[in-house]
Formats: sequence, C-alpha cells, structure tokens
Amino acid sequence: MRNTLIIFQKELRGYFASPIAYLLMAFFAVIFGFFFYSATRFFILQGMQMQMRGMGMPMDVNEYVIRPLLSNASVIGLFLIPMITMRLYAEEKRSGTIELLMTSPVSDMEIVLGKWLAALAMYMCVLGVSAVNLGLLFAFGKPDWKPILVGYLGLILQGGCLLAIGTFISTTTRNQIVAGGATFGVCLLLWVLDWVSSYETSAWGKVVSYLSVVTHFEPFSKGVLDTKDILFYLSMIFFGLFLTARSVESLRWRS
Amino acid sequence: MIKVEGLSKRYARTLAVDNISFEVQKGQIVGFLGPNGAGKTTTMRVLTCFLPPSSGSAQVAGFDVLEQPLEVKKRIGYLPETPPLYPDMEVIEYLTFVAKLKGLSNADVPGRVREVCDRCAISHVSAKLIGKLSKGYRQRVGLAQAILHNPDVLILDEPTSGLDPKQIIETRELIKSLAGDHTIILSTHILSEVEESCEQVIIINQGKIVAQDTVENLTARLRGSESVSVEIRASGGALNQSDVRQKLEQVAGVGHVVLKDTRDNRVTYEVEGLPGRSIRADLARTIVGAGWDLNELRTVGMSLEDIFLELTAAEKRSARSTDSTPSTDANETQEIKQ
Ligand SMILES: Nc1ncnc2c1ncn2[C@@H]1O[C@H](COP(=O)(O)OP(=O)(O)O)[C@@H](O)[C@H]1O
Ligand SMILES: [Mg+2]
Repeated sequence: MRNTLIIFQKELRGYFASPIAYLLMAFFAVIFGFFFYSATRFFILQGMQMQMRGMGMPMDVNEYVIRPLLSNASVIGLFLIPMITMRLYAEEKRSGTIELLMTSPVSDMEIVLGKWLAALAMYMCVLGVSAVNLGLLFAFGKPDWKPILVGYLGLILQGGCLLAIGTFISTTTRNQIVAGGATFGVCLLLWVLDWVSSYETSAWGKVVSYLSVVTHFEPFSKGVLDTKDILFYLSMIFFGLFLTARSVESLRWRS
Repeated sequence: MIKVEGLSKRYARTLAVDNISFEVQKGQIVGFLGPNGAGKTTTMRVLTCFLPPSSGSAQVAGFDVLEQPLEVKKRIGYLPETPPLYPDMEVIEYLTFVAKLKGLSNADVPGRVREVCDRCAISHVSAKLIGKLSKGYRQRVGLAQAILHNPDVLILDEPTSGLDPKQIIETRELIKSLAGDHTIILSTHILSEVEESCEQVIIINQGKIVAQDTVENLTARLRGSESVSVEIRASGGALNQSDVRQKLEQVAGVGHVVLKDTRDNRVTYEVEGLPGRSIRADLARTIVGAGWDLNELRTVGMSLEDIFLELTAAEKRSARSTDSTPSTDANETQEIKQ
C-alpha cells in the first residue's frame, strides 16, 4: 500500500513537472469550452424560439446541455488517454529506470497500481477543468446535480478502463510514440465498435457492440446508474491491470 | 554472502551465462572482469532479481533470488550500467523517492539522504535537476542511490565506464571508501580497474568463468616468478652502473637484471627472481650493505592485461582442440538491454 502510494506520487509529480499535464488540461479546456459554448448557445436560441411561439415550457438543462456535453467529454477522453499512459512504462524501459523499480523491494502489482492510479488522477485533473463550465451553469440556472455526478462517475470509469489498457500497451514497447499510437488505435476501435450495432442486429453484432466502451457510457450520461455497466467497466479495469502485471512479469522472462 | 551455483542464463538465441559458480565472502570487493558481451551484466541482473536464471541457483545473504526475491532486493544496492535516473527530478527529490521505495521509514528518509549526499560528495548539487548534471555527478547520484538503504551487498555494473580520468579516480576512491561496510561486486572490462580496487577477481569470457582468485595469486600463478623494481641512489658521489648491476646479479635467486631508468644519481632496475624464489629481502640487504640508498623496492606484478590474454588464449586453444560448438562472438559489443 505504501509502495503504491510512493509510485503514485512520483508519477503524478512527473506529469506536473513536465508540460504534459498543462498541455492536456489546456487542450481539454479549449475543446470542451467550444462544445460548452455551442451547447449553451443552441440551448438559449431554442429557448427563445420556444418563448416566441408561446410555449413557455421550462427546458431541461440536464437533458439539452449537460448530457451532450458529457458524451462529448467521453469522446475527448479517447484522444487524451493515450497521451496520459504512453510514457508510464515505455519511458522507464527506454531510460533504464525500470531496473531500479524492478530491483527494489516492491511487487510488480504495487507498481502497476501506483502508475495506473496516477494516470487516473491525471485524467481526473483534466476532467476537473470542466468544473468551471459547469459552475457557470449552476450560477445561471438550476441543473439537477445528481445526474451530473452519475455522468462524471461514468467518465471516470470509462477513463479508468481505457487507462488500464493504455498502461498495458505501454509495457509492451520502449517507444512512447508507439505506445501512444497503439493506445489511440485501440481506444478508437473500442469506440467505433458501437457503430456495428446500427447495422448489425445479429448476435455477434450485439457482442461486438457490448465491448464498446461508449455503449456503456450512454446510461451514465443520462444520469442512470446501472450495475451492469459499472460491472463492465470494473471488469475491464481489472482485466487491463491484470494484463499489465502479466506483461511486466514477462519482461523478466522475455527480456 | 553471495553464492552462485551452476547458473546459466539463456536469451532467445544466445547463451549469455553458461553454468557459472562462485562465492563471495562478506566484506570482500570482487572484480568481475571480462570483455563486452561476456555476460557480466546478465549475471548481475540475475543476482539483483531483475532476470530469473534459466537454470542453476543464486543466493544472496542466504536468500534465493527465485524463492525470496523481496528479501534479496532488500539487501542489495544496484547500480546498473546506465544509472537509473529521472532527468526531470532534483537530486534530493530523486534520492528521497528511492529511499522510500527501498523501504526506509518516512522519518529516517531526510537524514539518510543527507548522509548519503555527504558521503558521495553531491550535497552541493542536491537541488539541481539530474538532467543538468555532468556524467561524473550522475554516476555519483547513481552510487548514492545504491547505498541509500545501507545494503549488505553492492552490485556495480561498470561504475567507471564513460567517465573522464579525474572522475574515474574519484569514483574509485568513493567505491573503496564504501568497501568497509558492504560486500561489493563490480564489473569492468578495464583490467587496471580490478588491480586498483579489488581483492578478488573473477574473470569471465563468453559466459564462462575463466579464472577466479585473488589478484596477487593470479599474478603469481601465471608468472611463477617474482619481479622486483628497485630504485637506488648513491649516498654520495656518483654511481657506477656496472658495479651495481654486478652486485644485484650476485644476490641469491636472482635471474636477470634489466636497467629501466637513470636519472641524476639514481638508477632503477627491474630484477627478476628465479621461479619460486623470494628475493626481496636479500636484495634490500645487499643494496644497503653496499652503502647505497634504497629509494624504492616494489614488486612488479604481471598486469591483468597479460593474465587475461594468457587465460583467454588458453581457453581458445582448448576450445579449438576439443569440440567446436557454435560459439558466440566474445567481442560482440552490441549491448541489447531488455
Ligand atoms: N536482452 C537481451 N536479449 C538477447 N541477448 C542479450 C540480451 N542482453 C544481453 N544479451 C547477449 O548476452 C551476452 C552477454 O551480454 P551481457 O551480459 O550484457 O555482457 P557484458 O555485460 O559482459 O558486456 C551478449 O552476447 C549479449 O549480446
Ligand atoms: Mg555489460
């Protein structure tokens, strides 16, 4: 436990000691800000039109602004996650510091966990940027906070699962760029798998779209907590971390 | 302290370490000597639990590297060939991280880090980024990292490679100063290094141990006779060289005498004894008895360079005469890590 914390601190510090953390946060702020602006503007225009037609129905901010925003955030995450995980192991392998980690009295799993948790924390910091935008919504409207919380839980679970996969991929190479590229490819694949369900209705189409991380995010964005989806993410995280630990172990045998 | 028995390590195609056995006693400094690709790094990686052995066993302080790696790791300080440093960390930050990783309690960390910084003479750069340090300083930080948890055993992989002569001397001094508290294995492909710093030497070539002994014994074993260098000064007036030579040659057990150097009123001879004869005491007595000053009397060992050439040549000869297994190139310099 202590060892995991030591690795966690070192990794998190590594993100903020290099430009990467700020770059990611800035990137997210710009893209998310853009979506936020579009969504709110659209929402206001719609509201005005409704009023002109005499339909003074109060519109639902959660439904029309927050829900699409959360979906957007989940997609932006697909692009950021490779940049968060690519260095985790590849860099240590390239510089030889992996020898320090693996000859210290620390278990492989403690290292894996520490690294993954740091990546998750970094990802949460990036997501945290969107709090500013949401703050504006709370300042000028009365959104329901419970679905938002559920949405963020979904983002974190989805992120955790992709981060675990990214961490695994980072153990397989000593080249950060390769690790990042491959992770991006896998993230993209897991995302587009969802499209299969739109034209393929057979059993295998269902299986494939079940594997899509985006499919499982949908309920969260609506504010619906479904244990089935939580279980999916948790088992993907577990699987990813398990693969990572095995891969680290096999570094010793293959080398 | 260290016990290796029948250890082999095979990479996909290469047999990097081939059935080696050796033992290192507590408190010794052992030199692991061999050309590039001999298997030094591989052996060290097995000892540090970085790589598992393919067969055979290795024990450190009574713990097996496969069965109780955590116990072994606690007792080993390791400086890999490339010091495992994070360039974007400050020295003190890095050492604090490693100290915690090695299991020091939070309360002990700052004190111990300061102590080690002093010991390795890096206190004045402790606030600098590691990436900004010179190679010599980085090596010292690497050493500091290895001794942080005061391990029983220190394993240093080519600790002086790539340093300039001044840095080499400083690093050697540092290593020697650590000798008292730790059992040290250091690898090198530079022969003088072993002569300088080690008591014991294990010579390894193509994954096999070629020789293993104390530095003096090895020299003696190979040479069989003793060579002594003497510097003589006339205590007054000039020195008659033929006179000196004659006197030296008359000493019991002396083989032949070679003039090495003359300067002002000093002469240096190298005197070789007959095999198995000890000549130093008699030489000294004769020189002083003749009324000259004995400025220096020193045994000239065979350099390890000579030993090494001899041993590996012998190895090659026997290998050629017996079976010709597909041999891996000993001088293969490519170092594939991982
Ligand atoms: N990771 C690896 N994969 C494959 N072969 C390797 C690897 N590491 C070392 N070798 C080979 O094993 C042999 C011994 O290497 P090494 O232990 O690094 O020697 P040294 O440290 O004495 O120079 C060499 O022939 C080298 O090419
Ligand atoms: Mg080596």
